[in-house]
Amino acid sequence: MAHSTDTIAPEHTTAHEHDDHHDHHIPSGIKRWLYTTNHKDIGTLYLWFAFIMFLIGGAMAMVIRLELFQPGLQIVDPNFFNQMTTVHGLIMVFGAVMPAFTGLANWLVPMMIGAPDMALPRMNNWSFWILPGAFLILLSSLFMEGGGPSFGWTFYAPLSTTYSGDSTALFVFSVHIMGASSIMGAINVIVTIFNMRAPGMTWMKMPLFVWTWLITAFLLIAVMPVLAGAVTMVLTDKFFGTSFFNAAGGGDPVMFQHIFWFFGHPEVYIMILPAFGIISQIVPTFARKKLFGYASMVYATASIALLSFVVWAHHMFTTGMPVAAEMFFMFATMLISVPTGVKVFNWVATMWRGSMTFEVPMLFAVAFIVLFTIGGLSGLMLAITPVDFQYHDTYFVVAHFHYVLVTGAIFSIMAAVYYWLPKWTGKMFDVTLAKWHFWCSLISVNVLFFPMHFVGLAGMPRRIPDYALQFADFNKWISLGGFAFGLSQLIFLALLIKACRKQGEPVSSQVWEGAEGLEWEIPSPAPYHTFETPPVVK
Amino acid sequence: MKRLTNVLSIVLGTLPTLVFSFIAQAAESGGKELSDLNLRPGVTEISGQVYDLHMLMFFICVAIAVVVFGVMFVSMYLHRKSRGVKPAHFHENVKVEIAWTVVPFLILVFMAVPAARTLIAMEDTSEPDMTVLVTGSQWKWHYKYMDSDVEYYSLLATQQEQINNRFSKTENYLLEVDRPLVIPTGQKVRFLITSEDVIHSWWVPDFAVKKDANPGFINEAWTKVDEPGVYRGQCAELCGKDHGFMPVVVIAKEPAEFNAWMSAQEEAQRQAQEEEQRLLAMNMSMEELMSEGKRVYNAACAACHMPSGEGLPGVFPALKGSAMVLEDRLAHIDIVINGKAGTAMQAFGKMLSLKEIAAVVTYERNAWGNNTGDLVQPKDVNAVATGE
Amino acid sequence: MSEQAKDNQKMVIKLLVIVVGMFGFGFALVPLYDVFCDITGINGKTANSAAVYTAIEVDESRTISVEFITRTNTGMPWEFRAETKRIKVHPGELHTVNFYVRNPANKQIIAQAIPSVSPGQVALYLNKTECFCFNQQPLLAGEEATMPMQFYVDPQLPEDISFFTVQYTLFDVTGKGDSLAVKDNPYLREQPKSGT
Repeated sequence: MAHSTDTIAPEHTTAHEHDDHHDHHIPSGIKRWLYTTNHKDIGTLYLWFAFIMFLIGGAMAMVIRLELFQPGLQIVDPNFFNQMTTVHGLIMVFGAVMPAFTGLANWLVPMMIGAPDMALPRMNNWSFWILPGAFLILLSSLFMEGGGPSFGWTFYAPLSTTYSGDSTALFVFSVHIMGASSIMGAINVIVTIFNMRAPGMTWMKMPLFVWTWLITAFLLIAVMPVLAGAVTMVLTDKFFGTSFFNAAGGGDPVMFQHIFWFFGHPEVYIMILPAFGIISQIVPTFARKKLFGYASMVYATASIALLSFVVWAHHMFTTGMPVAAEMFFMFATMLISVPTGVKVFNWVATMWRGSMTFEVPMLFAVAFIVLFTIGGLSGLMLAITPVDFQYHDTYFVVAHFHYVLVTGAIFSIMAAVYYWLPKWTGKMFDVTLAKWHFWCSLISVNVLFFPMHFVGLAGMPRRIPDYALQFADFNKWISLGGFAFGLSQLIFLALLIKACRKQGEPVSSQVWEGAEGLEWEIPSPAPYHTFETPPVVK
Repeated sequence: MKRLTNVLSIVLGTLPTLVFSFIAQAAESGGKELSDLNLRPGVTEISGQVYDLHMLMFFICVAIAVVVFGVMFVSMYLHRKSRGVKPAHFHENVKVEIAWTVVPFLILVFMAVPAARTLIAMEDTSEPDMTVLVTGSQWKWHYKYMDSDVEYYSLLATQQEQINNRFSKTENYLLEVDRPLVIPTGQKVRFLITSEDVIHSWWVPDFAVKKDANPGFINEAWTKVDEPGVYRGQCAELCGKDHGFMPVVVIAKEPAEFNAWMSAQEEAQRQAQEEEQRLLAMNMSMEELMSEGKRVYNAACAACHMPSGEGLPGVFPALKGSAMVLEDRLAHIDIVINGKAGTAMQAFGKMLSLKEIAAVVTYERNAWGNNTGDLVQPKDVNAVATGE
Repeated sequence: MSEQAKDNQKMVIKLLVIVVGMFGFGFALVPLYDVFCDITGINGKTANSAAVYTAIEVDESRTISVEFITRTNTGMPWEFRAETKRIKVHPGELHTVNFYVRNPANKQIIAQAIPSVSPGQVALYLNKTECFCFNQQPLLAGEEATMPMQFYVDPQLPEDISFFTVQYTLFDVTGKGDSLAVKDNPYLREQPKSGT
């Protein structure tokens, strides 16, 4: 992931004497990373941060699976178990998936649209460097007396207000910082895409990754402030005597869920739209055929984003809603599967009559399409209100969103890393290790999440530290799959360390035979500064 | 590379398909093992409809998956570079794109119709034969029969030793309670659901009833059970530390049997009240109070304050060495009866008898080195409760 | 400052306006939610101010059962019960039901009753012309009171509803917000013997 500091391509060092924005002397050591305003450096920082968070959040998942390996309480008490599920969710959502996508956007968006850097490099630096602080606060709250947040990542009031510990203040503070970071990142992406495109890079020529990220960025600035509002209300309800969610003062705990899911559902798409973009870049490359239905992909992404604002209450069918409202949210939710379906069909049509090879990025992309679709189909089942009463808050839901977020979002991030890593480092990664990583992950992830459908349907509620005996066999398998998936990621770690040490065969600037786009026209590894004179896109 | 692709196709293609067909087969054959794998058809008309709807949606999803993945795997097999295929150049086709927007939409309409029908059937607001007020609190359920005076708490009956792996686990581990809810078969029973503290969710899978218990608000649900039996469920909404330990058990009895049970309950409740009155006139001994107090403490208080009386620092306060326990006797009795607003401390006045409260307060004031020597009698508790 | 930087700055300002606007929108959801509840009857929140009863035609052909449930919240020691547990009414008819409360504690406590109706959409058709839940209710130690609730059911109530439940939960709000002086409580059964 790191890149060389001494391989600035000659054609890029001569053409910009008058350019005063960039410091060509790159500081070394820690200062380089602390003060950097270079989009590639910041992208690297984001990606490493996300990976570290992925390992920490994963370690918490291991604690959860260890406790659930067999019935009875073995290694943790229920209070700590709840902290693990809560912090695991928060870290994976806000610390792993979202920063990883922001890191990819930092690396790739300027290179894809022919811009020299992000539009607001200094803000870019801040938006990254406040993140480690936010997560230090969140993680340190686990060591407070009474422990960290234990009310689930959805922090439903009044469990998170009247009935929570003092660490709630730290939780609120850290979520505020994470939100500020995402908002700054999103503003940067939007301004870059609007103002920094190279001549000839019209809207409908932009790579899909850029399109999906643009739409994601708008979702982010629309809903992250709502989350900030929700946590602020939790804070004032808990510490300053307001009654937003307290029935005694005229408030309503169910209102919390409306506000939270007004943020929460678009948030789900924030975590999957960039993945759609990544897959739409990778599949055409390895099918050696142009993406099928480019325009419909753009429109489908936009309609998913718009629909995501009117489906939030499908998370709350059991809270007691009038039938008319339940019908509305059921139908709106079902409708989302139309544009999502269009995307899957377009990918398959792109493969159809292509000339396919299956290098590691493509392996992950194919696995993404299959497993994300499984997650999408279980999502469609969950939309059916009368049956959702049975599925709601069971492991069926846990299976659904892990298929969408692990084999969806995270597999797409891994696909992206394998796809662009040679461009970043200039060297091909260790393909043998990568294949081991893929196959181990693929098999273990299914052993981990597929049986969750069954225990969920059979009636195992989520967020419980102990369970009835009929769930024991499946839980053992789930845990074994979990440990295997966790260990598989150490292969990835080893591969990344090797890649950063610049081991491997040098690659051409195109890297992959079928790759097309501006990022494949610059040398590998990508020079520290690219496109200081804008390319002309035909 | 070719070999790899084949392996990939086989693994990706067959793994889910195998599992899907396995469930489908199991669904056809029925049987007890099935309930460990799939939604249960349940014992009410509604739960049957929900089950049918679930299976319909499931098969539609499997069909979609088979078609989409089928085309994809065929393509992955046929259109490989290693087979010498040259890529085609098409990259859009308006007709095809309209088709795969419209067809899924029609499938959705086809799914929406039965879903809407079942949903409307569930929201039947006609007058019920019987109403039960279900109140969730950390971590137990309270049932109150609206047409009589019978009301009681229903607590997890699984022994702590089983949970801690010191005893072997019995058949209904974590799904058994001390006093199940009893309802008559063949009658429309309405549940009014609410909560004392945080949000809980009352769920009995066999009735296809899951409704959130929101503090300060009531929700309603109903069921009409056809078959007598014991039906088990759990709290479904994360409600704090012991969320996993508040099961729901409902026994459905034939109406005649139910009426007999109800009369017995009314009689028992009346006797208990008389016993309370009798106790007011007499004093219990220290030994009696301490042994009863220990039993009550472990059942009602130990979940939060811990069997050692040390609480959970930062979450639940310790009673061992607590100022209130050591000094203010009236405040101690008051907080046990009425609870404390804005904290997890509940009002036990409704849950425990005067004798039990007297015993548990005495126990707390004399256990774990809290050697105050205080004796609290039922009449002291009664004085605080009634303001005399 | 270059052209580019100016453009960027303008755009950032616009986007920040959206961000601030959405933060405000998060809070605006609070009153919006109440409006939404009033329209749809989500959660069975009833109006918290009195309706005016204008003589409307009583629909004798329909009989609605109304059930009353009383509860006290944690930390609230009051005795609280409906004197009428269940009543049958015709839509359009004005009815009064009484609730009994007693404060057994040895100090003054101020209560607030929070209503909830089920099925939720009934909230739209339940009109209260007088209710103890519109105000905070103070009682001195040992005092008791009878609190009335006067209501009528809108004849527009959907045909399929013949039965609904009204729940009141009493919360202890002593020391919170604008507390009434004891003498303002109009529902007291008798004046306390010892003045304060």
